[in-house]
Order: sequence, then C-alpha cells, then structure tokens
Amino acid sequence: MNEENKEKVDAIIRKWNGKRGALIMALHELQGAFGYVPWDEALYLGQSLGVPMAKIYECLTFYNYFKVKAPGKYVISICDGTACHIKGSTGVLEELEKELGVPAGTTTDDGLFYIQVVRCLGCCGLAPVMVINGVTYGKMTPDKVKSVINEWRAKEGK
Amino acid sequence: MVEMTPEQIEKLKAVGRMQKDKLLQMGKDFVTNNEKYEATIFTCNATSCHSGGGQSVYEAFKAALETAGLTDKVRLVATGCMGLCAAGPMTRIEIKGRKPFLYKEMTADVAHLIVEQHVKPLLGKPEAELKLAPHLQEKELSMDLPFFTKQRRVVLKHLGSSDPEDLGEYVANGGYQALMKCLFEMTPQQVLDEITKSGLRGRGGGGFPTGKKWALLANAPLVDGEKFIICNGDEGDPGAYMDSCILGGGAHAVLEGMMIAAYATGATSGWFYVRAEYPLALERVELAIKQAKRAGILGKNIFGTDFSFMAELRYGAGAFVCGEETALMMSLEGNKGTPRPRPPYPTEKGLFQKPTIINNVETWANVPQIILNGADWFSSVGTETSKGTKVFALTGKVKHSGLVEVPMGTTVREMVEEVGGGTSTGKPFKAVQTGGPSGGVIPAKELNLPLCYEELKKIGSMMGSGGMIVMDEDDSMVEIAKFYLGFTVDESCGKCAPCRLGGYQMLQLLTKVAKGEGTRKDLEKIKEIGSAMQKGSLCGLGQTSPNPVLSTMKYFPEEYEALLKKDDEEKGC
Repeated sequence: MNEENKEKVDAIIRKWNGKRGALIMALHELQGAFGYVPWDEALYLGQSLGVPMAKIYECLTFYNYFKVKAPGKYVISICDGTACHIKGSTGVLEELEKELGVPAGTTTDDGLFYIQVVRCLGCCGLAPVMVINGVTYGKMTPDKVKSVINEWRAKEGK
Repeated sequence: MVEMTPEQIEKLKAVGRMQKDKLLQMGKDFVTNNEKYEATIFTCNATSCHSGGGQSVYEAFKAALETAGLTDKVRLVATGCMGLCAAGPMTRIEIKGRKPFLYKEMTADVAHLIVEQHVKPLLGKPEAELKLAPHLQEKELSMDLPFFTKQRRVVLKHLGSSDPEDLGEYVANGGYQALMKCLFEMTPQQVLDEITKSGLRGRGGGGFPTGKKWALLANAPLVDGEKFIICNGDEGDPGAYMDSCILGGGAHAVLEGMMIAAYATGATSGWFYVRAEYPLALERVELAIKQAKRAGILGKNIFGTDFSFMAELRYGAGAFVCGEETALMMSLEGNKGTPRPRPPYPTEKGLFQKPTIINNVETWANVPQIILNGADWFSSVGTETSKGTKVFALTGKVKHSGLVEVPMGTTVREMVEEVGGGTSTGKPFKAVQTGGPSGGVIPAKELNLPLCYEELKKIGSMMGSGGMIVMDEDDSMVEIAKFYLGFTVDESCGKCAPCRLGGYQMLQLLTKVAKGEGTRKDLEKIKEIGSAMQKGSLCGLGQTSPNPVLSTMKYFPEEYEALLKKDDEEKGC
C-alpha cells in the first residue's frame, strides 16, 4: 500500500472509528475510493478499527455490492429485476456477453468492460435497462447492444 | 456525559423555541416567495425520469427561461416522482388561472419551444388560447386519464409537485407540523392511541398493526438510556421502487414519522437503513438529516420541549435478506446480515441489544398525515381491515407503468385495466404478481379481487411491499416461478437448512421441469419441499420463497403439466 492510498484509508478510519456499526459504511467508502475493496487497504482498515480480516472478508463476500477484484474501466450493469426480466433482459445480456466475449461477472481481457447483473435499479418504466458508468440505456433490445458498446469503444479510439 | 445544569437546559429550550418559530417562518417565506411567480414548470427528476434524460430537460428549461428573461416570473422545479414512469421524462406546466398541462416523453430540444409557445404567450393571460406546434401537441398527456383520476395520493401527495430539497416548501405543505402537534398538544399515549385507532398496518409486507408495535416499544424500558427507531429502506424486491421514490422525493416526511413514533414510544434515536443501489434516496436522506440538524428539528430539547432525538443513515450492501428485521439489525451493527430466531422480538432485544422498532418507509410517511388529519380521516379510506392507501410500483407488461397510490380495496381489474390502461402488448392479460419473490400470482379470473392484506393472503399471494408485475399470455408461469426461486436461492443467507438446501433442491427440480424432463413425481416433490420450507425456515425469506412456485402450480397447473416428459405421461406414473 503506497502513501497516497494510506492517506485515503486514514481519512475513512478517522471518519468512522468509534462509531457504532461502522464497518459496512467504511467498506462502502473504501470501495468508493478505489472502485473495489483492495485486500491490503481492507486489512489496514480492519487493524485500525479493531475488526479481524476474517470478519471483513465475510462481509465482503456476503454482500453483493462489494467487489474484491478491480472491475473494468466501464462497468456495465444489466438489470434483471422482474420488470426487466419479463421484458427481455436475458436476451440483452446474452447479446452483450456475445459482443464482449466474456460472461457476466467478469472483465474483458483488455480491462475495458466489466459486466454485472443487478436486481432492480428503480427505473422499471424504462425496462429493460442497462447502465454503463452512470449512463442509462432504457428500453434495450439485443440489436441495440452493439451500437451502445461501440459508443464506449469510440471513447477509447477503438 | 456531563449532566447539564437547569440553567443550561433552560437556555437550550429558549433556543429551541426560537428555532420552532424560525422553521414556521421558513414555510411562510416559501409561500410569499412562491406567490410572486406567475407560472411553475415542474420537471420530474426521480430515478426513472432522471435515467431517461430528466436532468437535461431541467437544464434546457433553465437555459430557455434565462434566454426568455422569465426567471423572475416562472419557477422551475425538479421534482420527485410524478408517477407515469413509462411516459417519462414528464414535465408539468402550471400557469396561474389555468388548468395544469402535462407533457410526456420530454426531450431537452423541445424545452425552449415550450417556453416560447406555451409559457410566454399565456403568462398573465388566463383566457388566451394555447397554440402549440403539432409535434408539441403530440406530447400532451391528458390529466384526465384514469391513471391519475383513479389514484388517491396521500404518501405521494407532494412528490411530483415540490422541490424535494426545499425544507421551506415541506413546511409550507404542513411539514413538521404533525410533530409540533404531538409535542405541544398531545401526550405520548394520545399519539399512540391515534395511530392505533387509524388502523395503520405495516406497509413492508407483513401488515402488522403499527400502533400495536409502537405500544410494545413504549412499554419496553430504556436500556443504557436508549431505545431505537429504524426505517427499513432496504427495498429488495426486484421490480419495486416505491421506497426509493418516497425517500428520493423528500425524506423529511419519513423522518417526521419516525420522530413522532419516538415521541410516542420514548425512543432516543433513529436509523435509516437504505439500499446502496439507490443513490438519489441516500442523497435525500442525508440532506434531510443535515437540514433537520441545522434547523433544530434534530438534537436536544427539540423546539424547547423535553423531547430529544437524533438520526443517522446507514447503507445496505445488496443483500435481499436484510429486509428481514433481525437480519437488518445485524447488518446495521456492521455484520453480515443473517436473521436470528424470534423471540426475543426487537422490542425486547433489538439493535445493539436495545429495544427497537422497525417500520417500512411508506409506513413512516403515512404517520404525519394521520396526526395532521386524524385517525378517522385515515380510516375512512380502505377496507374493513386494511385502512388507508397503498403505493404500488405497477410494472411489467402494462401500458401505464409507474408509481401509483390507490385506496386499499381497489380491485385488480381497476389497477390493471383502468389505472394501468391494460397490457402494453395489447395481448390478453394473464396474471399479476404481487409481493415479489415472497408473493404469488393473481390469475386473470380473480380480477375482481380487492387489494388488501387478507384477500391477497387468501389466494396464496401477499401484499408485499407493493411490487405489481403485469403479465400477458406470452409469459410462462413456470419461467416466472423459476426466475423468483432463482433469486431467493441466490439470496438465501445459508444460515438455516430448510432455506439453504430446500431452495436449491427445489430449483433443481423446477429447472428439470422447465427443460421438459420433469415427471409428475418431481412436481409432487416440489410441493413437498415447498411446504417444508414454509414451515421450517428461520426467517421470512425461506418461509415465503416457495410462494411464487406453489401459487403458479395452483393457478396454472396446465403449464406445468404441458412440460412433463411425454413417455412419463403414457406410463401413467
């Protein structure tokens, strides 16, 4: 862990140390700062808050929201809530996996795209929904997948 | 903690009394300020509309009003959910002396046209004729649609017509006056009685009488000087977003409800537990707490009384089981969220081992309205045993998909055909699913079923938190059952065997059936496992997870039959 990262973690520790039920919140902030929860930083956080790493790891793997590996640069969330499901999210996901050549839950070899399946993003009126780094694509269909991905590839000059 | 001297307390109270006057003045100032506007443009910026481009619509209106030099005359507000999410982003124009006008499917590029053709020519001319270009006319959404007229908005009343971030506007709409009424005109017992009399029941799914729950906490002694109130905002039902919108549309009403409960029960602080997947809701709760602290609504000796209360926000982390109250408390304490057996109930041993009550977001939001308008007003709506209104997220294959609030007892037919405008595909309606992964289906033949706790339970579904998914004839009931069971198997925390093993085995069998390889024996086995899970599971997740499967088997047996292995049929086993 370098100095810069240590400072980031220290700030989180200062904020949450001594507060009740702080662990989950501190892990959220850790993920907010790094995009995932890196091992060394989590270990350091645990030591400072007096929480064993076993418990931290238990929480990280119990809760869906936490990532223990760095995701790709662009995180693609495919909603598979009920509304999206019955309006065809499975077809969109299949097309996306085909287009990127990797299954959900993994990152493409070039480190650009990470696919995750999520449960309800709260915009069922737009079902099926796909979100890439905060940009929402509503009323998705399998045939729209390629052009959406190409928009993001274009940002990388690919 | 250092005890305060009587003089110090008196000083604190004097400040509190001033803060109360100041808060009421904020409301008055809002009204005075609002009166100078001749029109208001409301743009919906709740999650669905926001995702569909609501923010750029807002920005475009802002720019257009500046260009037209109308910022002094026209108020622009980014609101909470207006309801008809399928037609979003929505914009409503209200010009003094005229009927409100609604635009659907808004885009940023027509905002300046609306300012030029609609707002500018009509300002101060209530009789003038509205002349819109044809492509703008096409965007009009009639406010006489049953979608709007059939609703009765209590919890959602100000959601689509106010600025969720403006405390002054909340106060102008009666905000925090229910709390003041409690603190200054009612005893804690009177508040309890009023809530009990109203017949309010938990809106999170269980339907436990709210007054009864509060009374349990009121009777519990303080432990280490503390008792807690929790707001359950861990809305995990995939396909439901009521709580997200209620909190996102302004969290003050929920906070006020929690504070009223605290006064009635003697609780000392409150905790919001909200899904991390709802950034807007989290933002608004955080803001509400901050504003309330600054205005002296939260803190010690609130408004100069002996009542003190603090509130904090904690994030969920994507575990469906944390909607269950004991699991939620485990998570709030900073652990993995697994449930524990009850008793002891949270009112005896709750959060951090202290007496606690947990109510759902919508339940809390109802409370200030009951205090302001009275228990009789509240209970005049609804059925014999289910009082008031219920918010539903009406989604799936329905034309007018969105967030709706209807009186309890509204029939499924009214919801689907009138409010929802029928199926979006035009194909025959087959069933609605309520209660999410814990609920079941209501088949088309039960269209006249009134939506209330008892009736839904009777047919094998449940009210749930308010997710309502409409399905047409193309949807396979086996497929939907498999979808929900897959979800709960995935979300099972693994603590108890009936849920962990039963769910998994049931899903294996169901998958076999869905593939066309199942036998009649497999169907029997599914029923057997389901019944064991209902009886043997530790918490609500396992107890209810067989519901979607069992209820589809009950109402659509032919769909399961049709998938059975052919040779198996002939052998007759």
